[in-house]
Amino acid sequence: MCLGIPGEIIELLTGQPDLARVSVSGVKRAINIGLLSEEDLQPGDWILIHVGFALSKIDEAEAKAAMEFLEGIGLAYEEEIAALRESRID
Amino acid sequence: MRFVDEYRDADKAQVLAAQIAGLCEPGRHYKFMEVCGGHTHTIYKHGLEDYLPENITLVHGPGCPVCVIPMGRVDDAIHIASQPDVIMTSFGDMMRVPGGNGSFLDANAAGADIRMVYSPLDALKIARDNPSKRVVFMAIGFETTAPSTAMTVLRAAAEGMENFSIFCNHVTIIPAVKAILDSPDLRLDGFIGPGHVSTVIGCRPYDFIASQYGKPLVVAGFEPLDILQSIYMILLQLKEGRCEIENQYARVVPWDGNHKALQVISETMELRPYFEWRGLGVISHSALRVRESYATFDAERLFALPGVRVADPKACQCGEVLKGVLKPWECKVFGTACTPETPIGTCMVSSEGACAAYYNFGRFTRTRVEQAVKGAIS
Amino acid sequence: MSTREQQVLDRIDRARRSRARVKDELITMAHGAGGKATHTLIEAIFLEAFRNPLLEPLDDQAVFAVTAPRLAFTTDSYVVSPLFFPGGDIGDLAVNGTVNDLAMSGARPLYLSAAFILEEGFPVADLTRITRSMARAAATAGVQIVTGDTKVVERGKADGCYINTAGVGALEHPFTLGAAQARPGDAVLVSGPIGDHGTTIMLARGELGIESDVVSDTAPLGGLVATLLAAADGVRCLRDATRGGVATILNEVARASDVAIVIDETAIPVRPEVRGAAEILGIDPLYVACEGRMVVVVDGAQADTALTALRSHPLGDQAAIIGRIAVDPPGLVLLRTEFGGTRIVDVLIGDPLPRIC
Repeated sequence: MCLGIPGEIIELLTGQPDLARVSVSGVKRAINIGLLSEEDLQPGDWILIHVGFALSKIDEAEAKAAMEFLEGIGLAYEEEIAALRESRID
Repeated sequence: MRFVDEYRDADKAQVLAAQIAGLCEPGRHYKFMEVCGGHTHTIYKHGLEDYLPENITLVHGPGCPVCVIPMGRVDDAIHIASQPDVIMTSFGDMMRVPGGNGSFLDANAAGADIRMVYSPLDALKIARDNPSKRVVFMAIGFETTAPSTAMTVLRAAAEGMENFSIFCNHVTIIPAVKAILDSPDLRLDGFIGPGHVSTVIGCRPYDFIASQYGKPLVVAGFEPLDILQSIYMILLQLKEGRCEIENQYARVVPWDGNHKALQVISETMELRPYFEWRGLGVISHSALRVRESYATFDAERLFALPGVRVADPKACQCGEVLKGVLKPWECKVFGTACTPETPIGTCMVSSEGACAAYYNFGRFTRTRVEQAVKGAIS
Repeated sequence: MSTREQQVLDRIDRARRSRARVKDELITMAHGAGGKATHTLIEAIFLEAFRNPLLEPLDDQAVFAVTAPRLAFTTDSYVVSPLFFPGGDIGDLAVNGTVNDLAMSGARPLYLSAAFILEEGFPVADLTRITRSMARAAATAGVQIVTGDTKVVERGKADGCYINTAGVGALEHPFTLGAAQARPGDAVLVSGPIGDHGTTIMLARGELGIESDVVSDTAPLGGLVATLLAAADGVRCLRDATRGGVATILNEVARASDVAIVIDETAIPVRPEVRGAAEILGIDPLYVACEGRMVVVVDGAQADTALTALRSHPLGDQAAIIGRIAVDPPGLVLLRTEFGGTRIVDVLIGDPLPRIC
């Protein structure tokens, strides 16, 4: 349920309440950021868009941590495979 | 695309798949439910099941807002749309959903003016541009979408709009999950939790699933690696004897949800005593309606609705599919009487319904497809 | 006859011979009534734009000789909304679409007809713009518009302007191209990035509030086809990927040839903006229409030759090999996803509708 797409804030539209111009892969749309009024949104921030509204500000640190976790699993896996190969050679 | 492409990486998927296989106890069969239809769509669109060992079965849950709208509500919406000077608006998803007497597309062919919008705010704009018409927005969706409808109602109120209302069909996820947990014929080992609902409600409302029902739940993102990682996290819990609510999707989902979003929902809407779900029947406190204080924006109060309950077709076994008791292809009418072109049941209606996803993307046995792909590529 | 009278008669004669001019700003029912106004419209707008020796007599039909052993003949109607969109308009679409339907048989497109159904009140300036655009497209494609028709319907009975074009083309080669000709081992190519036209139209309607720089890919493919056929043997099938997009074409080929088609998601060219729009709207570019792209099925051994030939042409410089024809399961199109999984790519039911969920 609930298609949500990450987009980057290009500019905060002054004069119109709660609106920001957001880019998704070069395609732009005005998105209502009223649900994130407790966040201090700036151009360059990434948000999750759902039916024309920003639902959440994407947490770059959490994204990085998650990627590091995935890469860590990969690394551990490769080391294991390498160790396995070596043990076979012995 | 940032925050998308990196979560579709096939190499990382291979590694996770190996870890998942390693965590499975030999001889044990695992059944996990992805609650959310968006996850079902991702699973089929990316061919994610190819990475799972045979002893993991994914059960496609009730989290498809289009699929669970009962036929009677579609009929009510078409009734509103057929009144003089009404423009009905809704999301593209709704256009093909059949009621007892056809879909919105059928109603348009018969002369109604039902328009597709991307956002509820677009419906409000149509109302502003057409002051002599009564514009109604058919609001559907779980807690993910309800705040957008609520914001739109608040905006309409602030502008003093007199020709805009919503036909509220918002539903809430927790009662549906609870209904599934309470059904006697179900055996699940864990839940892949709905990511985007959780941006709004946070992760705490799921606590009872772990504490009272003893099932782990991992809130998951919508890219295929997100789902694969969530399965890994559930298996790790099972292996380590833990039973917790975890958040795989922390880049988007704050543990406490979105306070402002919850606040605008409760400002404009309240729980209904009960609501009928297609396939699941009547569930108490499972849907939202417009509060009395915003009555002038409530299509249910403005229009006299027939409100006739239309029973699901007898042949349809959507309820069993939604609860994961049956696989889509085990339903008696799957692929014969019930196809995406002429859907009988709820699960075949939306592209993220379990049956439609399976019909469109997955219909062939994994091995046969894999062999064909290997044969063609090598 | 007095000199004075002769002068007046001469003036009238000159006026009759001088170029017709449409003085009205809007199309009226009179423009379709067959009288003076119709005649003026034909001369001032259509003949002015399309002028060629076959059209000029303005007879009820064009008469021409053909030397080719076989002819290709096709027709298509154009009802696009909006009429003008980034990268084109209904005019060049009406020429290119029919030219491409001819070219997909390997024919050299020769002559087109053009029939207009205009709504009362349609701006004459828009009609002029459309016909000029058709003339440019015809010149680019190397075809002539040699016969035509105009009807005007009452306000509200049409959406501004509809165009039907029919066309004939000369088939100078002996082989038969078609959806039923694919064989296991063949390669599948597309001639460029997919989904540009459909995305442009969807966004140009303005209802979605999405801005982008995507433009329609409308283009005549006759030259590209000629380049391909001259370079590569074993071309089995050419199809322009219009309504329903590449996915629909591939399903037609899979069914008609009773073969499986396996395509590779990472190999399919899609512009970032088209992808962005598709992600926002929850639709799949594989189902989005193109108006200047074709799907090519060619003998597997000729795949690289075909690719090189396509890429040597400006309309094919981003061509790509996207998949192979296989035996089993017959009639199905399978996709190897970017993620490394597999799925079926089925025929689309109805229009691609934006989804939120």
